[in-house]
Amino acid sequence: QVSAALREGRVTPTELCQRCLSLLKSTKFLNAYITVAEETALKQAEESEERYRRGQPLGVLDGIPVAVKDNFNTAGIETTCASNMLKGYISPYNATVVQKLLDQGAVLLGKTNLDEFAMGSGSTDGVFGPVRNPWSYSRQYKEKSVPESHSEDEESNWVITGGSSGGSAAAVSSFTCFAALGSDTGGSTRNPAAHCGVVGLKPTYGLISRHGLIPLVNSMDVPGILTRCVDDAAVVLGSLAGHDPKDSTTIQDNFEPFELPSLTNVSKLSIGIPKEYHAPGLSSEILSLWSKAAELFKNAGARVIEVSLPHTCYSIVCYHVLCTAEVASNMARFDGLEYGHRSDMNKSTESMYAATRREGFNDVVRGRILSGNYFLLKQNYENYFIKAQKVRRLIANDFVKVFESGVDILLTPTTLTDAVPYVEFIKEDNRTRSAQDDILTQAANMAGLPAINVPAALSERGLPLGLQFIGRSFQERQLLSVAKWFEKQVKFPMIQLEEVKRHDHDVFQHQKSSFS
Amino acid sequence: MAAAARGRGGVWRRAWQRAVACNTRGGAVPAAKSGLAPWIPVVGLEIHAQISSNSKLFSGSQVQFAAPPNSLVSFFDASLPGTLPAGYQITQQRVPIAVNGSLSYSLCIDNKMSQMVTKTVRIKQIQLEQDSGKSLHDDTRSQTLVDLNRAGVGLMEVVMEPDLCCGEEAAAAVRELQLILQTLGSSQAVMAEGQLRVDANVSVHQPGELYGVRTEVKNINSLRFLAKAVDYEIQRQIEELENGGTILNETRAFDSKLGCTLPMRDKEGKQDYRFMPEPNLPPLILYDAKSLPANMNHQQVVNIDWIHERLPDLPSVKRAKLVEWYGILPEHSFTLLRSGSRVRAVAPARLLVSRNVNVPTAGDTLSSLYVMKALDVLCLENEDGLTEFFENVVKQTQMKPKRVIGWILNDLLSYLKQHSLTVKESPVSSFLLADLLNLLEKKEISSTAAKQVLAELWKGEGKTPLEIVKEKKLVLIQDQKELEQICQAVIDGRENEVIAIKAGNRKVLNKLIGLVQRETQGRSNPVLVKQLLEKKLLE
Repeated sequence: QVSAALREGRVTPTELCQRCLSLLKSTKFLNAYITVAEETALKQAEESEERYRRGQPLGVLDGIPVAVKDNFNTAGIETTCASNMLKGYISPYNATVVQKLLDQGAVLLGKTNLDEFAMGSGSTDGVFGPVRNPWSYSRQYKEKSVPESHSEDEESNWVITGGSSGGSAAAVSSFTCFAALGSDTGGSTRNPAAHCGVVGLKPTYGLISRHGLIPLVNSMDVPGILTRCVDDAAVVLGSLAGHDPKDSTTIQDNFEPFELPSLTNVSKLSIGIPKEYHAPGLSSEILSLWSKAAELFKNAGARVIEVSLPHTCYSIVCYHVLCTAEVASNMARFDGLEYGHRSDMNKSTESMYAATRREGFNDVVRGRILSGNYFLLKQNYENYFIKAQKVRRLIANDFVKVFESGVDILLTPTTLTDAVPYVEFIKEDNRTRSAQDDILTQAANMAGLPAINVPAALSERGLPLGLQFIGRSFQERQLLSVAKWFEKQVKFPMIQLEEVKRHDHDVFQHQKSSFS
Repeated sequence: MAAAARGRGGVWRRAWQRAVACNTRGGAVPAAKSGLAPWIPVVGLEIHAQISSNSKLFSGSQVQFAAPPNSLVSFFDASLPGTLPAGYQITQQRVPIAVNGSLSYSLCIDNKMSQMVTKTVRIKQIQLEQDSGKSLHDDTRSQTLVDLNRAGVGLMEVVMEPDLCCGEEAAAAVRELQLILQTLGSSQAVMAEGQLRVDANVSVHQPGELYGVRTEVKNINSLRFLAKAVDYEIQRQIEELENGGTILNETRAFDSKLGCTLPMRDKEGKQDYRFMPEPNLPPLILYDAKSLPANMNHQQVVNIDWIHERLPDLPSVKRAKLVEWYGILPEHSFTLLRSGSRVRAVAPARLLVSRNVNVPTAGDTLSSLYVMKALDVLCLENEDGLTEFFENVVKQTQMKPKRVIGWILNDLLSYLKQHSLTVKESPVSSFLLADLLNLLEKKEISSTAAKQVLAELWKGEGKTPLEIVKEKKLVLIQDQKELEQICQAVIDGRENEVIAIKAGNRKVLNKLIGLVQRETQGRSNPVLVKQLLEKKLLE
């Protein structure tokens, strides 16, 4: 709808950009952005305006304000990974996905906050501090949480965004941008999307280039897409997908961008409900939401069947082994020589390396590097790394079998509960939290499958709850069509934020504020 | 190593027999001083050859020797965050590009070129890997400088089985490998420029016993030093053991100035490289005609059979052909093919694309750069040196190849060596030399005159041999009467010699022939002069 408004001249790219920037300032307390690229954003908006004036916009994305997680390289704008190691680092090149957005006229507002090097599930473990969930400040949450906590001050009540792409989720959720890029290695896009009430798409591995995304786990990382509605996600996907010679794992087949059909009939669909996703710790309200969603499909005539993915319970452990092993190897490049932080320690090159890495990485990153190196030691290799890879194959095969049996889409919860208050969240360490929070999402990464979080309802505390759809490899069109149908049925409520109201304008007032 | 030998009973025995063969040749294996059974040295080589290519293995950066530090470094080579796959060294650890090959090489016995034996060393595997950057340590200022020009350059690591037993064998095997790589063009293989780096694993043991503890000798940058380093290390280990010492499993560096090996300080302790598979690189699949799927873009795949068909003759085959076609001596064929390290040649070896190539399991796409690098290893165009020159001369002259070879190996080669020129840089082309040899063959000039003409030709003034012959008046005196007069004049002044000849001393006749040659400034045909003199003196 914003795109139409831009085309029709009801709003100009510069106005839109300025409004987003001013909203961004008034929501600064969310800590969603690490860097705001005000100057370049306004320049890009001006250029876009010029194109609209000549009647030659570059496409649907032209003039649309977007944000990018701070682990994608952006030429001329700092890329920090929320780490001391890369504070002040300015990449000489754009990540392929960033370049593609810019090539289509999108306006890059800034770089969003995350857990250091995307290692975490709360967006609480970066050097720039935790991201606050916009829903903490919504009328919906305030009304419901007041009775039990009226004695405490608001400060201790705010809830986390989830992570690691919490900044991107918060940015989209608080209306400071229309779409944001996240990354998804074990659920880092879908998890914060669920907690912040936005759509979070993890595409099939190999569909979108990872060139310029600072790697966490090369075999699982994918750029993620966060938007306010499924249609928007489809548009962004269409602009990013395709082969990239700089990423050999992208598929060579041409990708045809698609417009999503509005499904009216889901009776030919077969929806699988994997029983293993009934995990310990799953809150009763999410369980009942899951059941209701299944009912919704059943009532609409779809075949809804319980299926089994028997190796699911081993997945999170294997994920941990494979993730840390790759982290150990991927982080080797940060030695203080070529770029980034370099320690003053100058006794020897080795001591400089050691001090640089001690000063540059937080405990989480150092912990993962250590465990990864342990798993890769000759004497442990067979017992951990090789075994984890074998189990990974079994997990992927579980999905293959289920899809071969005729199931089109799997329906699962995205998270175990709604977002917890920050003070609660930090009572457990990062590793424990990641193990809990990635439990329902990382299997899709292990298998490389496309998956999407769709906001479904509000919890008793007035916080968003989301459900996850997992599709067949490269069947994004089918996955998104079903997600869109579901989105339409559940009518997820819009966040009611004081700050947004103050920036009263028809663009923001529109029910979904989508751009497509 | 020991465990492996125990498991495979035949291993040490084979090695022992080889060692005995070495011994009977004499010299190469030092005999034990104590009168115990002779020690058996075991030598295995690991060779890193820089792949001849314009760019690095996974990046577009150029490859160039002695470029200014850090001038050939892309974002990728500096492993900037987000460049894939960078930040670590990549090697084909589990599935090398070729396995179970062998290399035949020749060795002369007692340093006599005429007595050559052919030996074989098994090649365990050949794998591709990336070269590392270079650290330069400035001890006085305790600084370390890093040059990333070399980082990411494609290498092939050739791992030989421990089938060698002395420095001479090691040097001969590496020499042959060097020639093969140069013939194929898969590496320029110039040791002095670091394009061919050899590490030697050396151990000694007594007959009937398991292999001894081995040391690895690094820092060897010429064939001569390779032979020296290996022999020194063998001798050192034997002396150490005979004096009751033990050999440490360590890395040693060869010091070419001192002519000995020394322990390398920074290589102490076992390294665990903590390998893991690289997810950013899809499998490189080598197809043959049978396995090649239809509708494949030929630029995007490696077809071993296609490459096989385009292989140039490897040095051993080429040498055999030279001997057969031209009737030249085998040792001359060796000289033709190993005329100096600057002779460069190029295309893929049977060695590299052995049928035992492990074909990785299914995978789909492959970046084109990656495929091109594989092709670089497997084939390139041919560029020959001395052999080609020789063959061209033979084609353009009526002179017998057997005679031509002398001019090539004695005159041309020594001139080129003196002026350190490559065959390509020779001021005398094969065409000019053939021209000159034709004049000689048609008896228009003497061989003495031919050498004079050649000396003129080296000046590269653009004159033809015929022009020089005319200018210098080197044409043989065709007029028999004139020649007879000159002969008569020589005889007239030399009564003593005439008497001696008439008395049967034929040697003196040669002296007179020489005098006639001098008189005519080499313009007389010695055969004819001899006939004339004999006629005058003996009839």
